[in-house]
Amino acid sequence: MMKVVRGFYSVAHAVKLCKPNVICAYPITPQTEIVENLAEMYANGELENCRYITAESEFAAASILVGASATGARTFTATCSQGLILMSEVLFNAAGMRLPIVIANPNRAISAPLSIWNDLQDSMALRDAGIIQLYVENNQEAHDAIPQAYKIAEDQRVLLPFMVCMDGFKLTHAYEPIDLLDQSVVDNFLPPFKPKAYMTTKKPLAFGCYAPPHVYMEFRVAMQNAMDRAKDLMEKVFREWTEVSGRNWGGHLEVIYPDSKLFVVAMGSIVGLLRKVVEDLRREGINLGLVKLRTFRPFPVEELRSYLGDAEKIIVLDRSISLGYEGNLSIELKSALYGFSAEIISMILGLGGRDLSKEFLENLIRNAIAGKEASGFKGAKDFEEVIP
Amino acid sequence: MLIEVRFHGRGGQGVVTAADFLAVAGFKEGYYTLSFPTFGAEKRGTPVASFLRISDEPVVVRDEVYTPDYVVVLDPSVFESVNVVSGLKQNGMLIANYPKGSEDLKMDLKIKGKVLTVNATKLAMKILGRPITNTAMVGALVGATGILKLETLKETVEELFEGSLAEKNKQLIEEAYNYMRGMCR
Repeated sequence: MMKVVRGFYSVAHAVKLCKPNVICAYPITPQTEIVENLAEMYANGELENCRYITAESEFAAASILVGASATGARTFTATCSQGLILMSEVLFNAAGMRLPIVIANPNRAISAPLSIWNDLQDSMALRDAGIIQLYVENNQEAHDAIPQAYKIAEDQRVLLPFMVCMDGFKLTHAYEPIDLLDQSVVDNFLPPFKPKAYMTTKKPLAFGCYAPPHVYMEFRVAMQNAMDRAKDLMEKVFREWTEVSGRNWGGHLEVIYPDSKLFVVAMGSIVGLLRKVVEDLRREGINLGLVKLRTFRPFPVEELRSYLGDAEKIIVLDRSISLGYEGNLSIELKSALYGFSAEIISMILGLGGRDLSKEFLENLIRNAIAGKEASGFKGAKDFEEVIP
Repeated sequence: MLIEVRFHGRGGQGVVTAADFLAVAGFKEGYYTLSFPTFGAEKRGTPVASFLRISDEPVVVRDEVYTPDYVVVLDPSVFESVNVVSGLKQNGMLIANYPKGSEDLKMDLKIKGKVLTVNATKLAMKILGRPITNTAMVGALVGATGILKLETLKETVEELFEGSLAEKNKQLIEEAYNYMRGMCR
C-alpha cells in the first residue's frame, strides 16, 4: 500500500513485518523515531512474541541483543554516530560470536566537534568488525532492505550482523510515498530464524569465550569465509526480492551507462541527485557513467573490476575520510582496481551535513573530467588554521 | 512537471508540518511528493526552513531547494535575518504572512517580482486563538497558485487533525485560500 510516511516509519514498519523477538535500543538523533515507532507498535500490542527492552546506553542495548540473539531470538536495534561507536566493542563481539543482529544506522557525523548531521564516518569506523554493510539511496530501498537483511544475516552459511546504512535526516526525516509491504509478502519471503547452536537453560552454551593461539585464527578464517559466502547469497536474495516485490535495486552495484569511459562512484542518498547530474552532463556530450555502490562489506571487488576495468577516469565522491590518508571509498576502490589504469580522483565532500547542490556537483565533475580538479576536500571554506 | 517550494518561519510554528501537509495532499492528487526540513534547529523561535517538491515523476533529488518556484513565509519577523527570496525563480512568487499589503512588502524588502501577502497571524488568532500560521499559509499558497485543490486540503486536514481542531483548521485554510483567490482576481 502506497502511503506518505517519514523515513523512520518506512524502517519501523519493515522491522515489524519481520516479527523480531527482541528490540533493544537507546535514543540518538537522527535514529530515535525509528525505535519510537517500534515502541508505539509494541505498546499497542502490534508486535507479537516480542520484547521491547529500553537500555541505559548503546553499549547495554547491544549487549542485551547479544544475549538475546544467542538464545535464537530475532533481534533489532537502531543507532548511529556516537551510539554506534559506543556499541562497537559489543558489535565486534557479536560478529565474532556469529550473531545475526540487524542494525539500522541513519548515518551521522562523528564528534568532536559535535554534529548531529549526516555523513558516512560512523559506519566506516565499523568497517573491519565483520558486519555486513548495505547503503541505501532512498526510503523505499531502506524499507525493502530490512527483510533482505534478516534473510541474509540469519542464513546458516553467513550468521553475521547486518547494518542497513541510510543517510540521517536526508532520508530519516523526509516525508514521501512509500509502498509499505503486506505481512504476507514478508512471511513468504523470510523463513523463521532457526540457528543450529543456541542457548537455553536446559542446554547452556558458551559463546565467544577464550581462544588461545592454536584456535583463534581459524575463527577469523571462518568469518572471512562467511563474508565470501554472503557475497554470493546477497546477489541471490537481491534477485529473489525483485521477484517478490517487483522492485529491482540492482546487485552489490547499480551501474548506469556501463559502456562509459568516465565514471562517478558514490554511496547513499546522494546517488539520486547524481542520476540527474549524469543525465545533464551527458547532454553536454560528456560520456559519463554512474556507479551506485550498495554493498560496502563484503566489498564487491570482482563486480567493480568488471565494470570499471576499462574506465579512464573515476571520480569518487567520499562523504567520510580516513584521517591521515584519504576518503574511505577511494581507498577501497584503488585497492580493488589495483593493476588497472584508470585515474581515480578522490573528492571528500558533504561532511557533517553540508548540503550538496546540483550546480556544485556538476561543476566539480565537469572540472575533474577536464583535468582541472585534483583529489582533496571540496566545498570547504578557506580559513586560517588556528589550532596547531 | 516539478514544483519546488521553500517555507520559512520560526521553530514551533509548524514550518515543517506545512511542507509535510502538502506532501500528503499532493500525493492524494496523484503526484509524487517529497518534503523535508532544515535540520537541527529544533528550538522554538530560531529561523527554520522546510522544502517541498511536487512532481508527476518520482522525486529522486534530495538537495535543499535552491531555486524555488514559490517561497512561503509563515512569520514576518524572519525577513530581518533571512534572505527568503534567495534563488526565487524569475516567474516565481513570494507568498507571505505580512500585516501589510504586497506592494508594502515589496518596498520594505526592496524586491521586484510577484508578491502576495495575507495577514495569517490575524486569521489564525481569530479562528484558532493561537498565532500558528502553517495551515493558513498552506491555504494561501494553494489559493495563490492553484497547484492543488481546496477539497484535497480539507481531506488532508481530516487525516492529520482530530475533532474541533480539524474543523477550525479547515475553516482557516478556506479563509486564507479564498482571500488569495480574491487577491489574484
